[in-house]
Amino acid sequence: MPRPTLRTLSVLTVLAFCVYLPLVFFYAPIEAEEGFVQKIFYLHVPLAIVTLCGFVLGGLFAIAHLRTRDSVWDLRSYVAIHMSLIFGVGVLITGSIWAHASWGHWWVWSEPTLVSFLIVMLLYATYQPLRFAIEDPERQARYASVFAIVAGAFVPMNFLAVRLSSSYLHPRVLGSTSNLPAPMGYTFLVSLLAMALLFATLCMYELAAKRTRILLKSRSRILGYQ
Amino acid sequence: MIELDRLRRDYGERTALQDVTLSVPPGATLVVFGPNGAGKTTLLRILATLLRPHSGVARVLGCELPGEAWRARGRIGLLGHEPLLYRELTARENLRYHARLHGVPFQRVDERLKAVAMGARADEPLRTLSRGMIQRVAVARATLHDPALLLLDEPYANLDPAAVDLIAPLIGPSHDPAHPRTRVVCSHDPQRGLAEADLVLGLRAGRVAFVRPAGEVDSNEIRRLYR
Amino acid sequence: MSPSHQIVDEGEPHVILPGAAHVPTGTASASSALVPVKTSRTIAAILRKELLVELRTLESVPGMSLFAVSTFVVFHFALNRTTVSGDLAAGVLWVTLLFAAMLGVNRLFVADAEQGGFDGLLLAPVDRTALLIAKALTLGAYLVMLELVAVPAFALLLSPPLGTGLGGLVAVLALADIGLAAIGTLIAALAVQTRARDLLGPLLALPLLVPVVIGAARASSPLLAATAAGASAHAAWPATRWLLLLGLYDLVFGLIAYAVFDFLLED
Repeated sequence: MPRPTLRTLSVLTVLAFCVYLPLVFFYAPIEAEEGFVQKIFYLHVPLAIVTLCGFVLGGLFAIAHLRTRDSVWDLRSYVAIHMSLIFGVGVLITGSIWAHASWGHWWVWSEPTLVSFLIVMLLYATYQPLRFAIEDPERQARYASVFAIVAGAFVPMNFLAVRLSSSYLHPRVLGSTSNLPAPMGYTFLVSLLAMALLFATLCMYELAAKRTRILLKSRSRILGYQ
Repeated sequence: MIELDRLRRDYGERTALQDVTLSVPPGATLVVFGPNGAGKTTLLRILATLLRPHSGVARVLGCELPGEAWRARGRIGLLGHEPLLYRELTARENLRYHARLHGVPFQRVDERLKAVAMGARADEPLRTLSRGMIQRVAVARATLHDPALLLLDEPYANLDPAAVDLIAPLIGPSHDPAHPRTRVVCSHDPQRGLAEADLVLGLRAGRVAFVRPAGEVDSNEIRRLYR
Repeated sequence: MSPSHQIVDEGEPHVILPGAAHVPTGTASASSALVPVKTSRTIAAILRKELLVELRTLESVPGMSLFAVSTFVVFHFALNRTTVSGDLAAGVLWVTLLFAAMLGVNRLFVADAEQGGFDGLLLAPVDRTALLIAKALTLGAYLVMLELVAVPAFALLLSPPLGTGLGGLVAVLALADIGLAAIGTLIAALAVQTRARDLLGPLLALPLLVPVVIGAARASSPLLAATAAGASAHAAWPATRWLLLLGLYDLVFGLIAYAVFDFLLED
C-alpha cells in the first residue's frame, strides 16, 4: 500500500498528464516553420530541464550525505541520478528525432544544449560502474557522493564551455525558449510541471522499492534466513 | 587510556564488531585473541583512528573518536601486517619521510635504525631486503615518534628468534608514570600472549567472548575461541 | 581510574630540535600534548618522497613522453599529413597531451595504494589536504616535463607553424595543466581504490576534462594557424575568452577538489 505522499503524487502526475497531452496536441499552435513535428519541443525540453535538475539534485543530496553520514541521502542521490540517466536517454532520443525532422541529420554539433547533454550523459554513465567497482558499501556510498558533487558542479561548467565554443554561423536548430507566444508558453509550463511530477513520482517509487528491499533483507537476516 | 563502550562497526550489512566494551588503563597491555575474521584487525584500525566507529563510544588517549581523532594522531603507533614502507626507497629515506610527517628530528631515525640493527643496510632500497629485515624497519617506523599507544598486529610473525629478541624491548610496555606506553597486541600465540598481557580480550565473530585480567585466563580458554 | 587526568599530562610535546634540517612547527593547542606538523612542511615532505620514488622507478614521465611521441607518429599516418595547422594542429596536440596525461593519472596513487602509503599518512598528525596539494603539484610537474618533450616533438614531426605564438601557447599550457592536475589528482584518488582502476580513471576523467580541451584547443588554434605568406601573421596571444574559461575551470574544480578530497581518504 503506497504511502499517502506517494499516492498523492501519483494522482497528481496522472492529472497533470491528462492536462498536458491534450494541451500539446490540441491547444498549442502548429509552428510555422517546422510544422507538427515541432511539438516534440514540449517533450524534449521539459525532459532536458528535469534531467539536469535531477543531476544537480543528486549532487546536493550527495553533499547532505557527506555532511550527515546518513545513508538515506546516498539512496536519494543514487535514485535521482539513476532516474536522470533514464530521462537523459529520452532527451537524446527526442533531440535526435527533432534534429532529423528539422535538419535532416540525426545528430547536429551546432546545437550546444544537445552537445553538452551528450557529454554530461557520458560522464554520468560512469556513475554505476564506479559504484559497482567498490565493494565496501560505506566507501562505495562515500565515493559515489564525491563523484556526484564533482559531476553536479560540472554540469553548468560544461554548458558554458560548449556554448562558448559553438559557432555562431549556424542558427540554433532547436531555437530559444524565451519569447514564446502565450499559448506555447502556457503549454510549455504545463509540460514542465508534468515532467517534473513524473520525475518526482518515479523517484519516490524507486526509493520506496529500495527501502522495502533493504528492510526485508535486514529482517530476514535477524530471523536467520541469511 | 582506552575506553570503549558498546563499540560497533559494520561492513555493509555484516557486522564486523559489536557491543565491545572495555577499558585499558595507561601503561597496560591488552592482548587480543580470536580466529581470523573475528574483528581483531578492525578493532586495531579503529583504535589507530583509521576507521571510524559506527556507533558506541571510543576514547583513545583521552580523545573521543572520530571527532577528536586528530588530537590523538601522532601519539599512536601502528605495526600491522603491512610495513607501510615504500619498496623503492631505502630504509633511511622511508624513516626520514615518516620523521618529517611526525615532526621528529632525523637523529632519532639513525637511533632507531641502529636499535633494529639495520644501520648497515639502511641505504639500500627496501625491495632488496628480506621480509624479516623489512619487518624490523617497520618496527622502527612504528616507534619512531615514541607513541604513547602502540598497536601491534602479530608483531613477531616473520621474525626469527634473534630478531624477536631484538625488537621485543622496542615494542615492549612502559609503566613509567611520566611516559606510560599502553599497548594493544593481536596474537595467535596463547603462551606468549598471556605472558605479556595485563588484560586479555577474546573476540569471536565480532563479539566479545571474554575480557578479563590476564591472571584469570588460562590458555585452554583461549584455544576454545578458535574452535 | 580517571584517564582524563592522566591523558592531559602524559607524553612530552614533540618539540623539534633546532639545527635539524627540517623544523616543523605548529601552534600547540592547550589540551593537546602534541604539536601538529605545519601543512607546508607536509606538502614538501610528500612532494620530496614522490619525486624520489619517480626518480628511482621512472614509471610516469618517460612513459608519458614516449607515448606522446608515438602518438604524433600515429597521427602522421592516420591523417596522412606531414604538416598540420590551425584547428587540426591544436586538436592533435591536445588529444595527445590529454591521453598522455591519463597515463600519469593512472599511476599517481598506485604506489600508495599498494604499499600502504595512505595508512602511513593517515596516522600522522598532518592536514590531509596536503596530500591533494602535493600530488597535484607532482602531476603538474609530470605534465610540464611531458610538455617539454612533447611540444618540441610535435614541432619536429608535424611542423605546425608556431613562431611568435609560442609565448601564448605556453600560457595556455600552464592554465590547462592546472585544470588537468586538479581533476587528474581527484579522479586518480577516486579510481585507485576501485576494482577496475586503470579503466575507470580515464573513463571518469575524459568527460570532466572536455571544457579544458575546448578552452585549450580553441585558444591554441589561432596560434598554430597557417597564413598565406607563411610568416607570423597569425595570432601571438590566445583570445581572452578561452583563458578566462580555463581560469574559471581551474578555480571551480580546484576548490571542489580541495573540499571533497578528505572524504576519499578517511574510512
